[in-house]
Parts: sequence; C-alpha cells; structure tokens
Amino acid sequence: MSLELRYFAWLRERIGLPGETIETGAATVADLVDELRAREDRYALAFSDMGAVRVAIDQELAGLDAPIAGAREVAFFPPMTGG
Amino acid sequence: MAVRIQREDFDLGEELRLIRAGRRDLGALVSFTGLVRDRHGEAAITGLEIEHYPAMTRRALEAIECEAAARWPLEAVLILHRYGPLAPGEQIMMVATASAHRAAAFEAAEFLMDFLKSRAPFWKKETTPEGACWVDARAADEAALARWHAPARS
Repeated sequence: MSLELRYFAWLRERIGLPGETIETGAATVADLVDELRAREDRYALAFSDMGAVRVAIDQELAGLDAPIAGAREVAFFPPMTGG
Repeated sequence: MAVRIQREDFDLGEELRLIRAGRRDLGALVSFTGLVRDRHGEAAITGLEIEHYPAMTRRALEAIECEAAARWPLEAVLILHRYGPLAPGEQIMMVATASAHRAAAFEAAEFLMDFLKSRAPFWKKETTPEGACWVDARAADEAALARWHAPARS
C-alpha cells in the first residue's frame, strides 16, 4: 500500500527529508521501521534508538506495535518539547 | 475555548482583555507565558527555532483543551503557541484559563502546560555560539504528567 511518511526535528535532519511517499507491505510500525532501516545507512542511523523516537499514525500518537493497515500518514519524531 | 498556532508574536494584555470583554461571570483569570531564555545551563542561547507538525498540532492542542474543560468548570481557555525562529526575550506561547474561582483556573493552567510540554508536537532547537542543538525532553516533564492521571471529575 501507499503511505505518506513525515519526519520531524533531528529525524528529518538525519534522514535528509521532511517526508516521502513509499510503497510498503509492513503490518505494524515496527515492521515499517525495519523496512526503512534496511534501505540506507541514514535510515538505520535515524532509527538506531527507538526509545528516542515517537510515532503518530494519522496524527494520533501510537506505539511501535500499532497496525498501519489503512493508515494514510505515519510520522516519526523525537519526544516533544512544547511550551 | 480557542487554540491558535502562529508565527507572529502576540499581545498578552490584549488576549486577556478579549477573554474578559463583556463578561461579569469570571472570578479568576490565570495566564502563563513561556519566554525564550538567553542561557541553558552554561551555554549562551542566541536563538530558538520551533518546529511543529501542522496537521497534528491543532488536533493535539484541542484534545488537551477538551480534557481540561472536562476536569474543571472553565468559562474560557486560550492556548496560543508560536513556531519559527525566535530570539531570547521573545514570547513562545501562552495559556489562559478563566473560571468563577481561582483554584480551577490555576489547576487547569498547570494541567494545560504539563500536557502541552510533552504531548503537543513541537520541537525546539537552540542556537548557541558553538552551533545548534535540539532540546532534549526532560524526564521531569514526563513525570509531571503522572499526577494528572486520575480519572476526570464527573
């Protein structure tokens, strides 16, 4: 399926893109991260410590084990620092 | 109830005046304003860049605002957060809460701040003379959420 990816803050900088559209067969966020890590070193580096990465599926916070079937947009970013 | 996300600065006094305008039922109006400091520990800060996730930010802030309104008897709430490049001394954001009594207004303002610190999709990058670096989330900010985890008041 086709999926929009969004990257923010240092994830955006390490990957070198604000976002991209990909084709994936991943069932969960964790599967998707494994696919991305296998693509290129910059992804492997960005996703080397998932404890420092937060995920949103269609603009709602989600866990790594969350299914992505039917999702349109998955975003990856560091812990938020608002306020 | 209002959420605003904007690049431009804001006039705190004017925002508070608008909340009060034409009302006689408010007994308490509490506001908090976040400012850009010129130091972070030993490091001098020369600028702060705030990035956000536009498609998600409004939704996240409205959810936090709704949760506050469910917990306290609030007559008005404003959450205003800026993004883009800011200089030391500038205003980053504000929250304001109005209620008949001060306890609800104070508590709700703290609740809003605790949640938007670590649940609203904003990221800060500080510029120092040695270069720029992303601000790490503080464990204390995450811990501050724990005290609110009791169920909403009925």
